[in-house]
Amino acid sequence: MKSLEELRAIREKMQGKVGMRSEDSGQIRVIVGMATCGIASGARPVLNVLSDEVQKRGLSNVIVTQTGCIGLCQYEPIVEVLEPGKEKVTYVKMNVDKALEVLEQHLVRGHVLGKYTLNETSL
Amino acid sequence: MYRAHVLVCGGTGCTSSGSQKILEKLNRELDKQGLTKEVAVVQTGCHGLCALGPIMVVYPEAVFYSMVKEEDIAEIVEEHLLKGRVVKRLVYDETLTDDGVKSLAETDFYKKQHRIALRNCGVINPEVIEEYIGTGGYEALGRVLTEMTPDEVIQIILDSGLRGRGGAGFPTGLKWKFASSNRGNVQKYVCCNADEGDPGAFMDRSVLEGDPHVVLEAMAIAGYAIGANQGYIYVRAEYPIAVKRLEIAIGQAREYGLLGKDIFGTGFDFDIDLRLGAGAFVCGEETALMVSIEGNRGEPRPRPPFPAVKGLFESPTILNNVETYANIPQIILNGADWFASMGTEKSKGTKVFALGGKINNTGLVEIPMGTTLRTVVEEIGGGIPNGKKFKAAQTGGPSGGCIPAEHFDIPIDYDNLIEIGSMMGSGGLIVMDEDNCMVDIAKFFLEFTVDESCGKCTPCRVGTKRMYEILDKITKGQGTLEDLDRLEELAYYIKDNSLCGLGQTAPNPVLSTLRYFRDEYVAHVVDKKCPAGVCKALLSYHIDADKCKGCTLCARTCPAGAIEGKVKEPHMIRQDKCIKCGACMEKCRFGAIYKE
Repeated sequence: MKSLEELRAIREKMQGKVGMRSEDSGQIRVIVGMATCGIASGARPVLNVLSDEVQKRGLSNVIVTQTGCIGLCQYEPIVEVLEPGKEKVTYVKMNVDKALEVLEQHLVRGHVLGKYTLNETSL
Repeated sequence: MYRAHVLVCGGTGCTSSGSQKILEKLNRELDKQGLTKEVAVVQTGCHGLCALGPIMVVYPEAVFYSMVKEEDIAEIVEEHLLKGRVVKRLVYDETLTDDGVKSLAETDFYKKQHRIALRNCGVINPEVIEEYIGTGGYEALGRVLTEMTPDEVIQIILDSGLRGRGGAGFPTGLKWKFASSNRGNVQKYVCCNADEGDPGAFMDRSVLEGDPHVVLEAMAIAGYAIGANQGYIYVRAEYPIAVKRLEIAIGQAREYGLLGKDIFGTGFDFDIDLRLGAGAFVCGEETALMVSIEGNRGEPRPRPPFPAVKGLFESPTILNNVETYANIPQIILNGADWFASMGTEKSKGTKVFALGGKINNTGLVEIPMGTTLRTVVEEIGGGIPNGKKFKAAQTGGPSGGCIPAEHFDIPIDYDNLIEIGSMMGSGGLIVMDEDNCMVDIAKFFLEFTVDESCGKCTPCRVGTKRMYEILDKITKGQGTLEDLDRLEELAYYIKDNSLCGLGQTAPNPVLSTLRYFRDEYVAHVVDKKCPAGVCKALLSYHIDADKCKGCTLCARTCPAGAIEGKVKEPHMIRQDKCIKCGACMEKCRFGAIYKE
């Protein structure tokens, strides 16, 4: 170790990893439905890509987690975004590319991506 | 990248309740479900709730599973990690709410705690230096070396008000200051006292097992402050996990150049070696510890000269306890004012306690100084099992004393505890209820010091033995009131004349129980009764003929064949045969057996 910068570079790299182990309230929770129906329609790559991207970009205010069957099996994979003090946003029929779009627009920039939400999809 | 982290506690408590097997099984199950690339398994240090071990925490949801068994792993992996359904029956019930799982930080056990020394315990993998760096590790050392002078470092520690966590409470900054003169011209040493020996204390052990790098970092900071380039950690060989993790940590720190030559390119050299102790209690005393590091028989020597002047190998030396070191990097990073803002007027910061005895949440807690004993026992500790009444708490182990119920609301700090005849000690806190006999407790600690006295000075070697004999006599119902006076006289004599801290404090458990529970001593001596029903020689078991149904269960249970009686008729215990084991009382379904 020759300088503080060198140390800080290691810390930055690790932050994404150990940062997950905090319990701050006020975080945005991204929940991916991972019941049998979800998994069958491809929820697992969606979950993984969201989780990886959040860590890669160091979005420390976002946690990506999973839940069971929401009850709308035909709309899986479903991704819910819960922001403290705001109404829940439910994205349906997700895939890896759509998920990345949601991450870019909603989680990073704060714009809800209307075209993918449950409200916009006819039931 | 992993989407979830599963933390499995690898502290001593959870290891002995089987966490290693759980870890192996977990890896196998994850492999089976094809989740090894998505879910990281991390072995951590102690979480503190040892009573609920083995402990497993799943992030990012922070779900806290307690008392996990090997059989449960397949379910957790399939339900929770694959399908996202929390296995509620295994979740620590304090965190369960009607609408899901609440944060661990909001439970009674963690809510009033403030973790500084234990900051990383249960959070990082202690065997991976990058995780320590990831939570801010070695930043303090870097800043100290590149931005501060040694005197500035000492000034911060002085201003913070940090006092030695080994028990005596000597101001750490002052110790460093004494050792700092003649920087650069003299060989000096930095030592760490990890020879934790009090029965029931495991704070230092948990820090070493859960966050070994913090000790290395702090010792290097101390080395820079006083002008030393060699450190020794004196740790007992009886702490195998701690020793192993320290060895790994030292190896990794050397690899990264955080120990060794020219650290942070500043020209500062510092290295650390381990010295394993064989587990003698007296080697926790500073002079005996250094004598032992030198390779000699661990016996204390008179002070002065103090170690800051003439310590290890006759050179100026500082010796601090593990927990003291664990506070140092945080003080450097957050400033002296931050640290001094916690605690009471003369005791700053926090203190780690190992809760044990008659308490629901056995484990490790870190509280701000000045927290009341009541808060620790009733709120954090979850109270006393079986609705029993609090009688006293023992702090400071064999060197300390007891805090009786009348001082239940005392704010815990160094000076308050001394005032009521106990001491902070290294942090063992043993809770006692109405079923504990105070004479027996005093005898237990005396027996320990008799065993552990090194024998160098007479007052301690012979005096503690005589005290033990008197206590033994009292618990057997053969004591006299004169014995109580003699006990007290001996106690003060030993305190005044012993060479080291071991002898000077050995009589404390007796003196403090005599002070607060003299009536119990008198009951043993005059009435020949043990009010708590512990001292076997003063007890007898009887059967209440009105309640006995004659089921014969007790007679069949009795290992000594001391119970007689016919079926469906009241039984009787023959006192000449009874060995007072209490087995009959435990078995009786009608509560017909009592002791007096």
